[in-house]
Amino acid sequence: MRKSGKKLAVASFAALSLIVAACGGSSESEETAEPTACETTTPVSLQLQWVTQAQFAGYFAAQDQGFYADQCLDVTIVEGGVDIVPQTQLADGAVDFALSWVPKALASREAGANIVNIAQIFQRSGTLQVSFADAGITSSADFAGKKIGNWGFGNEFEIFAALTMNGIDPATGVELVQQQFDMAGLLAGDIDAAEAMTYNEYAMVLEAINPDTGELYTPEDFNVVSYEDEGVGMLQDAIWADADKLASDAAYRETAVKFVAASIQGWAFCRDNTEACRDIVVAQGSTLGASHQLWQMNEVNKLIWPAGLGAGVIDATAWDRTVSLAMDTKNLEGSTVLTAAPTDGAYTNDIVEEALTILDGLGVDYTGSAFTPIEVTLNEGGN
Amino acid sequence: MKPMLRRAAYRTGMFFVSVALVAVLWELYKVVGPEKGGKLFGAPILPRSNDTAMPHVWEMLSRYAEPEQRSPNSNLIWFVVLKGAFYSFRLALVGFILGSTIGVALAALMSRFKTMERGLLPYLVVSQTVPLIALAPLVVSWGGKVQIFGFTWPRWLSASVLGAFLAFFPIAVGTLRGLKSAPAASLELMESYAASWKQTLFKLKFPAAIPFMVPAFKLGASGAVIGVVVAEISTGLKGGIGRLIIEYARQATADPAKVFTAVFGAAGLGLAMAGLVALADVLLMRNRPKETTT
Repeated sequence: MRKSGKKLAVASFAALSLIVAACGGSSESEETAEPTACETTTPVSLQLQWVTQAQFAGYFAAQDQGFYADQCLDVTIVEGGVDIVPQTQLADGAVDFALSWVPKALASREAGANIVNIAQIFQRSGTLQVSFADAGITSSADFAGKKIGNWGFGNEFEIFAALTMNGIDPATGVELVQQQFDMAGLLAGDIDAAEAMTYNEYAMVLEAINPDTGELYTPEDFNVVSYEDEGVGMLQDAIWADADKLASDAAYRETAVKFVAASIQGWAFCRDNTEACRDIVVAQGSTLGASHQLWQMNEVNKLIWPAGLGAGVIDATAWDRTVSLAMDTKNLEGSTVLTAAPTDGAYTNDIVEEALTILDGLGVDYTGSAFTPIEVTLNEGGN
Repeated sequence: MKPMLRRAAYRTGMFFVSVALVAVLWELYKVVGPEKGGKLFGAPILPRSNDTAMPHVWEMLSRYAEPEQRSPNSNLIWFVVLKGAFYSFRLALVGFILGSTIGVALAALMSRFKTMERGLLPYLVVSQTVPLIALAPLVVSWGGKVQIFGFTWPRWLSASVLGAFLAFFPIAVGTLRGLKSAPAASLELMESYAASWKQTLFKLKFPAAIPFMVPAFKLGASGAVIGVVVAEISTGLKGGIGRLIIEYARQATADPAKVFTAVFGAAGLGLAMAGLVALADVLLMRNRPKETTT
């Protein structure tokens, strides 16, 4: 009796390990590039802000298409998590480069992290405040007296900036509601206007079933306030580097130039091959549905392209606006994101300009002046 | 053997009855509970009972049989969850083994030297008040950076270490209590034989400690699972059940049943780990004499 039990256990364990063995090993990305004449490859790591999704497609594409390999880089893309702060990982030396929103990174910089923005990938802010059409919230001036959802964790600065702009006291003029990173609060009626990214949460409501019609919600069901259009958009995804190393370590600086060049090449590839990039991201093991990822890819492209100055170049006007909003906007506690203007060297265009020179040599279009977004149809649940 | 089998069958039966009872209560609340949530004494504490917040039991169960995504090569959810749970299980097992080795060693040390116990125990207690989510990013940053004798620290090992961090404490405390439980008469007997400390430890103290160690190990086992799952959530480590929970949670707006499949997977994982300890207990203890000295 006992013996057969043991056998059964061994057999089931063997079966399980077989299943696991069968599933493993398929997620590694394949090198599709021609082997290039690299004497040595430099290992580089990039810290993402969140798990694999189309928001980071350009980097995955650069890896998949061999753009990094062409620059003799061996790039490891490190996913984020709930408690991973990319700019802290960078300042701690855990990674070579990190992605971060500008205001958050500047706050870390003010707290002592010596980091520098070397490429402003997203040229526009993708933050929205989404409400049901019947609530009548068509601009940030209509926030007064409403229940306004926000995520916290440094993602709420634009909301406060809009309130300040309209002379609404965040403590008494509105009811601020802590929001989960989903749209359930809006659909359930807990929140009048919910914070949403164009490329993620806004799609979530359009993937949900409207109980009144039995069909998916449509854009006509909602009003969308875009902080970029309101004039209080803050710069978001940018590539940050270690400022000390950039100044003292010539090899690191050279790596940074190559890394930025290949990354922008990846983003240009995603601009021209939206669906292929979606497939690259899905192949990386994202659990988000295919239509959601395509939507996200398309919306992220809109935040990057067209890039009048060239992708990655930091626009001084947008930078100054971000900094002044970060300094002047008071939150509930009356404190501001930044207490003083960032010290010199918070950003540099030197790296990205050298990177664009490399791209000139490769014939890559890094302004995307002819860019037109595609039309994406979302399916239920983003599938 | 027979009454033991009957007891096991009874226990298994009761487990399923209690699970069914919870399912019935869940559905009952959906019938009588307020659709939009309710306030009790002004505080919004009654959860809303609509299908987004509380999907039907059968929806959650049937979700297991549906594909993860509606793409042609998408796996069925039960398979994805099982795979994730097995990945986390392996990490938790490593963490549990690490944690129990450290826990038992500490307990043996503390039972040998009174000063050790006085000096060490407060630190052990303090260690458990450090929030895991504060520790997680720190430990995870060792991944790929720390090298010990040419062995590069893999990222997954950090999750196991956090599992061990939660597991060692109940094991250390439980084992210590157990080691002290050897009856004075037996200790005196060992002394009269001029038995060495090691002999006393292995021939008397450890056997006497087992009834205390088994529940401590069960706690440690589920602690290891919690540590690993939290570490996965906190650091986004790919492959495990924790990662599935955060990813599915973000899709809850349109697919509320999905996240529950992963949550049940994590719960099942905890049960499996504790069950493993119980099984080891039965196997180890089956030849133990029933008679004990008191």
